[in-house]
Amino acid sequence: MNMLENIIIIIYLAVLGYLGFVGYKQTKSSADYLIAGGNTHPFVMALSYGATFISTAAIVGFGGVAAWLGNSLLWLTFCNIFVGVFIAFVFLGNPTRKMGIRLNAHTFPELLGRRFNSKFIQVFGGILIAFFMPLYASAVLIGGTEFIVAYFKVDYHMALLVFSIIITGYVLAGGLKGVMLTDALQGVIMFVAMMILLVMVFDAVGGIDAGFSKLEMVWNKTVASLGSANLKDLKAGSPDFMMKLSMNWGFQGWNKMPIFLSEGWLFVITTITMGVGIGVLAQPQLVVRFMTVKSKNELNRAVLIGGVFIIAMTGIVFIVGSLTNVWYYEFNEGKNALQSAGGVGKVIPHFINAAMPKWFAFIFLFALISAAMSTLSSQFHAMGTAIGRDVFEQIVGKHTSNSLLITRTGIVIMIVISVSLAYLFDKQPAIIARSTAIFFALCASIFLPVYFGGLFWKRMTQKGAIASMVVGTVITTFWLLFVHFQEAKELGLCKMLFGVNSLLSGKIIFVDAMIVALPLSALTAVVVSLLTKPESSTLLKKCFEN
Amino acid sequence: METFDLGVGSAFWLMNASTLLCVVYGVINWNKDKEEKVLNTKSWDKDEARINKDL
Repeated sequence: MNMLENIIIIIYLAVLGYLGFVGYKQTKSSADYLIAGGNTHPFVMALSYGATFISTAAIVGFGGVAAWLGNSLLWLTFCNIFVGVFIAFVFLGNPTRKMGIRLNAHTFPELLGRRFNSKFIQVFGGILIAFFMPLYASAVLIGGTEFIVAYFKVDYHMALLVFSIIITGYVLAGGLKGVMLTDALQGVIMFVAMMILLVMVFDAVGGIDAGFSKLEMVWNKTVASLGSANLKDLKAGSPDFMMKLSMNWGFQGWNKMPIFLSEGWLFVITTITMGVGIGVLAQPQLVVRFMTVKSKNELNRAVLIGGVFIIAMTGIVFIVGSLTNVWYYEFNEGKNALQSAGGVGKVIPHFINAAMPKWFAFIFLFALISAAMSTLSSQFHAMGTAIGRDVFEQIVGKHTSNSLLITRTGIVIMIVISVSLAYLFDKQPAIIARSTAIFFALCASIFLPVYFGGLFWKRMTQKGAIASMVVGTVITTFWLLFVHFQEAKELGLCKMLFGVNSLLSGKIIFVDAMIVALPLSALTAVVVSLLTKPESSTLLKKCFEN
Repeated sequence: METFDLGVGSAFWLMNASTLLCVVYGVINWNKDKEEKVLNTKSWDKDEARINKDL
C-alpha cells in the first residue's frame, strides 16, 4: 500500500467519522434516531435507499452470475428500477410516509402493528427481522471483509473487527441520520466507480456494439463445444461444468433468454428477477426510508436520483459481467470468464485485477467496501430497532424516556450477533451465501400483503393480517426447507428427514419460494379479512385521515 | 445490441425506458406537491404519549 492510498483511506475514515458526528449532533429524539427526524434531503434519501439496496453481493455475486448466464439478468435491473424505485416511491412512498406520521410509527413493524392495532404483528415482525437479518448481515460482512483481506493482505479476524467497529461507531452515535449521510457518500463513490468501469470495459472490448456482437462468437467458441459433453464427466463446480449446466438448463447464449419455462428461465425470472425485484418492496430497512422525508416532493425528486443510481449499479455490472467473457477470450488465450477466473464469485475481482489499471482497482475496492458498509449500517440499524423498539419495548410495556438507550442497546446486541456469525462462518458456507435470497423471500411473502393491504384496503382486518403473515411464514419456510433446489439442498433438513434433497422433482423445484408463498399469503389476507368483522371506524380514521 | 434476442432486447430497452420514466417523473413532479403542510412532522415526539394512549 503506497502513501497516496494511505492518505485516501484516512480521509475516507475521517469523513465517515465526521458524518457520524453530524448525525449525532442532530439527533435529539427517538424520531431523529429512528427515522432521521422526517426531514431528510431527497438526494440523501435516494442515494441511501440505493446504496442500502445494492450490497457487495449485488456487484460481485450478481456480476459473476451475469458472466455465467449472460444478459438475461437485465430483467432484474428492469425490475429493480421499475418496481424497486418507480412503483415503490411513486405508489408506496407517500402513503407510507403519511400513515407513519398519523400513527407516529418509527419502524416498519411498528407501522404495520399500529395500522392493525396489533402488538402481535409488531413483535412478530420484529422477531422475524432480528432472527433472519443477522444471517443476511453476516453474509455482507464476510463479503466486505474478504475484499479488505485480499487487497490489504491483512488477517481476516482483525479486518472483520476493525470493519465492524467503524460501522458500529457511526450507526450507534448518529442513528439513521448518520447512517443515511454516510450511505449518500458511499453511494456517490459507488456511482463514480461504476461509471468509470463501464467506459473502460467498452473501450477494452472495442465499443458497445462490437462488444455485444463478440459475445455470441465467444459463446460459440468456448461453450457451444461442450454440447456433446456429459455433465457427469465434468468435475462438479468446475467452469466447464457450470457452463454445461447452464446449457442443460436451457441457456443458449449470453445475448439470449433461456428456453421459455426451462429450468434456466424459471431460475432467472422467478428466483433472480421476481425474488429480488419484488422482494425489495417489503424490506424493512428500505421501507423506513419513506418515513424520513417531509413531503411528497422529496419522494418525487428521489425517483429521478434513485432510477439513475440503480441503472448505474446493476445495469452496468450485469453488462460488464457478461462482457468480461469477450475480454478474457481476447486477452487470455481464448478462454471465457469462468474458465479464466475459476468460479462465478471470482470473475469480477479477477477481472478488475487483470484488466483494469491499479489505480482503478483501488477505486473499485472503495466502491465495494462502500457498498458493504452502506448495506450493513442500515441492516444494523433495522435489526437494532427491531429488537429494541419492536420486541423489547412492546413486551415490557410502552415507550419510556429510555427508549433511545434501549434501541442503542438493541443495535449493539444485534451487531455482536452478526459479527459473531461472521467470525464463526468465515469460510462462508452455502447457507450464509443463500441468506440474502432467504430474507427477501421471507419479507415478501410475510410482509408484502399486510403492507399493501394496510396502505390501500380499509376492509383488511387484524385477523386477516395475522393469518396472512402466518401462512406466508409457514409456506416460505416449507418451500425453502423441503422444495427449492438451492436452499433445500444446502439447509440439509430434507435430506436428513427424507433422504432426498427435495420432496418434489422436475422444474417446480426451480420456482422461488416467493412465487408460491406470496399469492397464498395474499389470498389468505383477503379471505380471512372478508370473513371477519371490519376494523373500527376510529382506527381507520386514525390511519387514513389527517 | 443487434445480437440480443427478443427477450434480452426487451429487458435492455425496458431497463432504459424505466430509467427515463424515473427521470421524467422526477423532473415533472420536482416541486408539484402542495400537501406537506397538512401533516406537521415536528409534533411527533411531542404527541407520542397521546398517540400511544389513543392506540
